[in-house]
Amino acid sequence: MSREPVLRVAGLSVRLGGSHILQGVTFDVAPAGVTALLGRNGAGKTTTLRAILGELPATGSVAYDGREILGRPTHRLVRDGLAYVPEDRGVFAGLTVAENLRLAERVPDPDYALVHELFPELATRAGQRAGTLSGGQQQMVAIARVLLNPNRLLLVDEPTKGLAPAVVTAVATVLARVAGRVPVLLVEQNLAVVRRLATDAVVVEAGRVAWRGAAGELLDDGEATRSLLGVGRH
Amino acid sequence: MTRFVPLALLVAAAALPWSTLDVPGLFDGPLNSPGTLQLLAVCLVFGALALGYDLLFGRAGLLSFGHALYIAAGAYGVDILISHYGWALWPAAAVTVLAAAGLAALLGSVALRTSGIAFSMVTLAFAEVGHILVNRDPGGLTGGEEGLPMRTAGLPDALVGVTNTVNLYWLALATLVVVTLVVHAVDRAPLGRTLTGLRDDERRVAVVGLSPYKIKLLAVVLAAALAALGGVVHALVVGGASPHVASSDLTLALIVMAVLGGAGTRWGALAGGILYAYLDQRLARLGGRLPGPLGEPLFVLGTLFVLAVYFVPGGLAGLRARLRPARDATAREPHPEAA
Amino acid sequence: MSTVVLLTLTGLGLAALYFLIASGLSLVFGLAGVLNFAHGLFLSVGAYVTWWAAPHLGLPLAVVSGVAAAAATGALTELVLIRPLYTRHTEQVLVTVGLSLAGVALLQSVWGADARVFPRPEWASHVTGVLGAQVPDDRFLLIGAAVLVLVALLAFLRFTRYGLVIRAGVENRAMVRALGIDVRTAFTLVFAIGGALAGLAGILGGMYFTSVSPGQGVSLLIFAFIVVVIGGLGSVTGSAVAAAGVGLLQQFVNYYGAAGAGDVSVVALLAVVLLLRPAGIAGKAVAA
Repeated sequence: MSREPVLRVAGLSVRLGGSHILQGVTFDVAPAGVTALLGRNGAGKTTTLRAILGELPATGSVAYDGREILGRPTHRLVRDGLAYVPEDRGVFAGLTVAENLRLAERVPDPDYALVHELFPELATRAGQRAGTLSGGQQQMVAIARVLLNPNRLLLVDEPTKGLAPAVVTAVATVLARVAGRVPVLLVEQNLAVVRRLATDAVVVEAGRVAWRGAAGELLDDGEATRSLLGVGRH
Repeated sequence: MTRFVPLALLVAAAALPWSTLDVPGLFDGPLNSPGTLQLLAVCLVFGALALGYDLLFGRAGLLSFGHALYIAAGAYGVDILISHYGWALWPAAAVTVLAAAGLAALLGSVALRTSGIAFSMVTLAFAEVGHILVNRDPGGLTGGEEGLPMRTAGLPDALVGVTNTVNLYWLALATLVVVTLVVHAVDRAPLGRTLTGLRDDERRVAVVGLSPYKIKLLAVVLAAALAALGGVVHALVVGGASPHVASSDLTLALIVMAVLGGAGTRWGALAGGILYAYLDQRLARLGGRLPGPLGEPLFVLGTLFVLAVYFVPGGLAGLRARLRPARDATAREPHPEAA
Repeated sequence: MSTVVLLTLTGLGLAALYFLIASGLSLVFGLAGVLNFAHGLFLSVGAYVTWWAAPHLGLPLAVVSGVAAAAATGALTELVLIRPLYTRHTEQVLVTVGLSLAGVALLQSVWGADARVFPRPEWASHVTGVLGAQVPDDRFLLIGAAVLVLVALLAFLRFTRYGLVIRAGVENRAMVRALGIDVRTAFTLVFAIGGALAGLAGILGGMYFTSVSPGQGVSLLIFAFIVVVIGGLGSVTGSAVAAAGVGLLQQFVNYYGAAGAGDVSVVALLAVVLLLRPAGIAGKAVAA
């Protein structure tokens, strides 16, 4: 297996309303395992994901499997296996669970076996409107939608945000399983989850990359975690 | 240098009625003939109406589809007070403009509870009531579809008769100057900056502690007063009020004028209004001689407008700004002779 | 009693026209975010093509061609004029305004500004006794067509893949794209559907008023806008309910009140709805 990165982000910049949100972000995503994208609130993590996906106008370079993808329409990238689980989960509240899943099908034989194995609850709630689900259940729908199709890279934005501790553990377990099959670029605030899942870490600060390296190394360095992320053990 | 161009144009426009110049193609008669002066007066009124509308559209970013209501309020208000109730012109005009501003305060306070496209729809609906009322001729006041001709007995002698068309022309020019001074004063005042701030980002202004709602309402009321003033002068220039001034077509035309000229710029809407009104009247007169749909002024203007939205964003004003760097660049070219 | 029955059925007939126009407008707005002023033009295209084709093809085929022409006009509008202005919503509205002005003027230059006599099926001129009221059959034509369209539209939205995409897109366009779906195809589709329904409204309106004129679409369009705002942007069921409310209110007040009072009362209803739930109007409803 080659160690060629699945995604190479170089000099990625985004300007919105006259201010620079990203100012030349550069990092790689390893072809296996979880790469964590960390940083304080407003550092530019979500913007980075959305710029990679073509949801925001950006300059610089993003190479996916060696091909430049900046400027390509979002839906093409997703069809090429670049899957996205957004920050607010992006579940369609007015649609049922089954409809949310059906909408996401991109291949003739979607992998419902995997989805129902990981989230048995979704099968029993198929006819329920997604808007009436709990936050954890909605997160399951959002991840399940992505897992129906074969993917080559997952972009996951704060999957554990606002969830109860038990649900956080469940979501992390699912992500750990998924990461065994597909590389993941994960934005996450919960450092316990990062420690459990991530092999590599990238820290953005004020629209620039402030730190790159092994995730364990960052988390073990209490001073670095405090100064870069504003959190850590005291 | 360019600061004096508007002033020079104003002097030229004020002196125009003394010119007997004949411009074949552009006008049917010499410049000082009553026909040409009336056409130009209508153009000037529309320049004023378009600039007043741009206070909402270009400056505050409020896409109102109901501006015709206030123009109609001005035209019909002054016409009804003079023709039915025998008021003198000046008090009738003053009361009409104030009443239109009051109406705008009332309707605006409801419409501004919505934003974006819903605001457009609501203003359109309010204006449609005006259009319906005018057409129904309630109590014989508006003359229904025929419109209401102005009873000339109630007007000052200087504004009556073909020989006095020149005075109507000057009146229209004066209105344009007044509207321009008001709008440009707003541009310079804190109100103007706040309005454009609202257009660009409502949150930013809310943070500063101003109520976006009240500021927008103020803009709506001011724009309505200017529209009513324009409506009053329009009724004087064309000799009455007709349902067309209450129709949504008129508001759509104002939008076209503002966009063609360059919405939100100092002179764009004004120039767009004058150009549109000129083309509208000229094409209508040439109509029979042009082939097919080209004989329909709205076909030509609508198509021009669509093309302008695509290819000339910023309208005439944008075009000027785009040409200027090119011109400056050529001016800086070193002359081989000089070197 | 018989007056009430006649007014009710006439009001519902009018509501049928409003619904046909408003449901398309509402879907186009809900999904693509475009306030479509050219919708009135689609209506006129449908009516004029049918009027022109009826002597050559017979009325049924002429109706089909009218609807097809209006649908094609809608799809072309999206493809040629709206799509290049992606996400620039104000410019999109402006372009539809220009298209509406130019299109109506074009119709006028081809077929003249005066109203033309519109063909209708023989039976639509008869009357049927309902609870003692003599009701002209054209009311049933309008109501029946609108109910069929409502059922078909809801079934389409509920049971087809494109319906699913449209419902999801009304809620969150960006997320539909992020699932790998080219949502622009759905934009074209709703413009075509909206065009077809508006064209049908134009044809039925022509049969109801027994005449067609270039500007007819615009006056109906304004009431359709009101229906869309009251019913909730993007909601087909909302459009149906609001259309019925507006149509009935207008008929009854026009009959029992002064002439024109019905039209004014509809706008008053709009104002009341806005005052009672201002946020509910600006926010989008869920389709179907």
